[in-house]
Amino acid sequence: MPRRSAASSSTTDSPNSPSFSTSIPGKGGIPIKAPNRLSQFFSSSPKSKSEPQTAQAALQSVSGNTPSPSTPPISSASLSLPTISLSTATADNPNMDEPPTTLFQPPSPEEARRLAKQHAQFGPIGHHSHRYSSRHPGGVFPEPVMDEPPYYYLITTYISYLILIAFGHVRDFFGKRFREENYRHLKSRNGYGALNSDFDNFYVRRLKLRINDCFDRPTTGVPGRTISLIDRKTDDHNRHFYFTGTTTDTLNLSSYNYLGFAQSEGPCADYAEEIMRKYGITAPSTRAEVGTQDLHTEVEDLVARFVGKESSMVFSMGFGTNATIFPALVSKGCLIISDELNHASIRFGARLSGASIGMFKHNDMKDLEVKLREAISQGQPRTHRPWKKILVVVEGLYSMEGSMCNLPGLIALKRRYKFHLFIDEAHSIGAIGPRGRGVCDYFSIDTREVDILMGTLTKSFGANGGYIAGDKVMIDKLRATNSGVIFGESPAPAVLAQISSALRIINGEIIPGQGEERLQRLAFNSRYLRLGLKRLGFIVYGHDDSPIIPVLLFNPAKMPAFSHEMLRRKISVVVVGYPATPLVSSRARFCVSAAHTKEDLDRILTACDEIGNVLQLKFSTGIAGGALPENGELAPPPEMEKEWRSKRSPSILPPRWRIEDVIRRGVQDSKAPMY
Amino acid sequence: MDIQETQRLLSEYLHELANLFHQLPGSAIFLRYVKSSYQDDPVRSMVELFLFLFAVRYLLAPKYSTKPGVVQLSDDEVDDLVDEWTPEPLVGSPTPLEEMEVEKRAVIVGPVGPKSKLSNGRTVMNLGSVNFYNFNTNESLKEKAIQTLRNYGVGPCGPRGFYGTQDVHMKTEADVASYLGTPACIIYAQAFSTISSVIPAFSKRGDIIVADKGVSFAVRKGIQISRSIVRWYEHNDMEDLERVLAKVTKEQARKPLTRRFIITEGIFESHGDMVNLPKIIELKLKYKFRLILDETWSFGVLGRTGRGVTEHQNVDAAEVDMIVGSLAGPLVAGGGFCAGSEEIVHHQRISAAAYTFSAALPAMLSTTASATINLLQSNPDIISQLREQTKVLRAQLVPRSDWVYCTSAPENPVIILPLKPEVVASKRLSFEDQQFLLQDVVDECTANGVLITRVKTLDDNFEPRQLLLPALKVCVTIGLTRKEIEKAGTVIRHAITKIVSRKK
Repeated sequence: MPRRSAASSSTTDSPNSPSFSTSIPGKGGIPIKAPNRLSQFFSSSPKSKSEPQTAQAALQSVSGNTPSPSTPPISSASLSLPTISLSTATADNPNMDEPPTTLFQPPSPEEARRLAKQHAQFGPIGHHSHRYSSRHPGGVFPEPVMDEPPYYYLITTYISYLILIAFGHVRDFFGKRFREENYRHLKSRNGYGALNSDFDNFYVRRLKLRINDCFDRPTTGVPGRTISLIDRKTDDHNRHFYFTGTTTDTLNLSSYNYLGFAQSEGPCADYAEEIMRKYGITAPSTRAEVGTQDLHTEVEDLVARFVGKESSMVFSMGFGTNATIFPALVSKGCLIISDELNHASIRFGARLSGASIGMFKHNDMKDLEVKLREAISQGQPRTHRPWKKILVVVEGLYSMEGSMCNLPGLIALKRRYKFHLFIDEAHSIGAIGPRGRGVCDYFSIDTREVDILMGTLTKSFGANGGYIAGDKVMIDKLRATNSGVIFGESPAPAVLAQISSALRIINGEIIPGQGEERLQRLAFNSRYLRLGLKRLGFIVYGHDDSPIIPVLLFNPAKMPAFSHEMLRRKISVVVVGYPATPLVSSRARFCVSAAHTKEDLDRILTACDEIGNVLQLKFSTGIAGGALPENGELAPPPEMEKEWRSKRSPSILPPRWRIEDVIRRGVQDSKAPMY
Repeated sequence: MDIQETQRLLSEYLHELANLFHQLPGSAIFLRYVKSSYQDDPVRSMVELFLFLFAVRYLLAPKYSTKPGVVQLSDDEVDDLVDEWTPEPLVGSPTPLEEMEVEKRAVIVGPVGPKSKLSNGRTVMNLGSVNFYNFNTNESLKEKAIQTLRNYGVGPCGPRGFYGTQDVHMKTEADVASYLGTPACIIYAQAFSTISSVIPAFSKRGDIIVADKGVSFAVRKGIQISRSIVRWYEHNDMEDLERVLAKVTKEQARKPLTRRFIITEGIFESHGDMVNLPKIIELKLKYKFRLILDETWSFGVLGRTGRGVTEHQNVDAAEVDMIVGSLAGPLVAGGGFCAGSEEIVHHQRISAAAYTFSAALPAMLSTTASATINLLQSNPDIISQLREQTKVLRAQLVPRSDWVYCTSAPENPVIILPLKPEVVASKRLSFEDQQFLLQDVVDECTANGVLITRVKTLDDNFEPRQLLLPALKVCVTIGLTRKEIEKAGTVIRHAITKIVSRKK
């Protein structure tokens, strides 16, 4: 692996670098506005053969081997633009002190295509103010405010489900008599038990089937800023789909591409290609046998350094990481206390471990303390022997709620009650904190306070797999006792290359400035979209700095309606309902990415505004922020909101801003503290 | 305010209340009912009033724990107990065997090929990786993978249900299904997690699993998490299987019909031997069980075109309800699959945990799997070549060794060599001694330029415990010439003789 000592690491921190504005010429023709053209770009050869540039060379040229004083933009558009420069600065070395006076020629069609493709994966930043650095301001971690809709919506939601269930039963009643062949797999036949019980299948058959076209939408290409959906149709009410042969390019609000590393070009992909050429496709063995390569140890060191632990292990699957770690940590006579909303993989692993499992209310430190006191004082059930150890398992960022774990609270409890703390940073690593290092970074808490950190490499880093990080002694033992190491396949070299290049970009080892830009754009985008949605009047759950933004829909029929309406506006969103959420709170989940530009977010807000009016989704009461200005009066900035509210009237006016105002005020307001 | 005023207000208030009450629909009926029941039966009214009061009292009563055996403690006592409690460390200190495992782990520098460079600088013949066909460094496969990388990026950034399903995944699923000859197929992101997720997707609490005692760790985990009723039969013993099946059928005769499964492997991961599939199919049909067959080590290896044990033993793949296999390993891609009927596959898309809750397989690994399956189908020569090489290596190792014997089937390119029982008995070797001894053999081989490995075992918390024989594991590859394989065989044989004979 080439180790370069980032030649230009001479701390070049200038967010206002003019290089961001020099990359504008591709931006005017925002690719998503011309989806048909875009699909052609995708179908064209991925890398034009006229560029014999090796990956290595490309990486180095981008990483700025020349002592460039500026931070090159992520989409290195300025590199290859044919320019007539009047200043002394060369094209790939824009002078910082004076903005280069450059007369642009219109890019060649090929160049324009290349740029459009690049920008479809990662949008160029529109303005230097579209950045923010998220960190906990200190003090008490506020409980997220959970807004509730008027009772009308709750009641209609229950009625909707009742109607759906009633219709389902009526259809089953007749179906079982007249269309028996459709129910065959639900009944015992020829002495074989039914593969799938009638009762368990009811929900899938009668409720999910109706909105199946909102799930499993097939895609092609890079899940970056935009995503190409493969169009499909159904003739039998979502039982089967056929492809129409076309694709639709949509703005991607659905992938966990927080830092925008899902790219098929740029330094990560170049490095992945180089490594694939050099190392082959996989290391066909398990880690414990002979599937360990120098790459693996290198990436493990990088991950450990990144998360701030002594040592780490990487695995080829995030789910598998959780599924195999718990049996290696705890066993019979131990207690796992788990947040009630923890991911299925944690439950899977916990069940395999043989330890007792307790739960506490989501993010409720008081409830956790009660459970801890009870567990420690009562000991094991029946025998009352003390627990061997207690492992508290939480997630950094919860994928359905967008809420963040209360780490300061947990650490305080940990000091008192001496339990071991496991944090699953599947969604928070890379996405949270001023340096992207997860919740510990966000709260400025030393990672030594947390015993074991787990995370996935799928989400922020655009790769695949998971990691476990901890003290060296601990990890060395786990290397011998974790079944994922012993029997699981070893991660592929190209995937490791993606991880290591992404990590090194984030921590500034290569292409200094770019990692910072990604982190800050993600933080800005998250806050901007969240504040906008609140001001429009939507009920939005979760923490303000979380890039996961669940928008509450409540009525089940609004799930497909919202999804379809968004798709019509060429935005792909994820809708989730029961059983992934409580029965009433069906929601749409937006996953913001650093690859989105402010224009994208404005497009989303405008779309939400229109759809929200049609579907009656604006039912927030304003207790969660985004207060409404009085007639003609200027709205208070968010940090003044509380004060302003208390001065005016005890009742909070529900926020229903006009979309123009939301967009106009969004940039400055989203940077102020929100609660 | 004097008393009259109060009285007047009160009566007004009561009057209003009565009016309100009268306005309620059905209030007249209720009133009439109360009146008549009081007139007709005052005792009944008393009982009803008593019940009403009891209900109020019950609802207002403080909550109490229903857990048995809770000792009531004061807050101070709890605080003392908290102070007193000292938990064990999260992970204990490693045993000597575990230390050795980690310390002796081979690290390959550079590509994994038939000849690989180790971190100590030596280049060795690699008989440790399952790179049977040497697809790993195949340039055309790499080129295809890179092309995919340039179109799709590396990761799909989402689970299959939420925009993580890419066209390449659907293609790979169709390719595997048509290769095996099953109606449908579903791919998972990791081979190891596949079977552990397939089993609990179908077999729930109360269902019955009859499984081979020699199944791999992943299968055991799947069975464990399913919480089904498990009956084990002796490893590869068809008579015992029939006995168990008959017994289960008899036991369950009067109970409501539940799902019943036989779970076994095509080629056993830890023994290397092969299942008797025709016999199992016969028994499963006779006793009406479904069959889950783990083909992780036989898919891409057995049969004329590598379709696995079904092709090798001339069984229609559709007879097996679920075929689970791996796309990692010899196919040098990643992930696993489960092939079966449409219903079986569809059910997993909703309820298999490792499918629904995990990110999808990277696109480049998916296209690689499609490409290698295509290579195997169009080029069955390489499979016969592999079998030839296996024969050559076995001839070097098995019949000529006084110390080890081979449990692998002759067609299995993974040659598993445990110590002969008489050797173990005469040298009085414990389980750990054998592991250390075999590791010495592995080290000796490495020193002489041949990389091999041992069968790795892990004790788990699932009863009955599985006792596996410590063994050497040698993987054949066609990337080496016949001469080289013969030479490697000689090196391994001499290393075994040297190390084991030296051991007192």
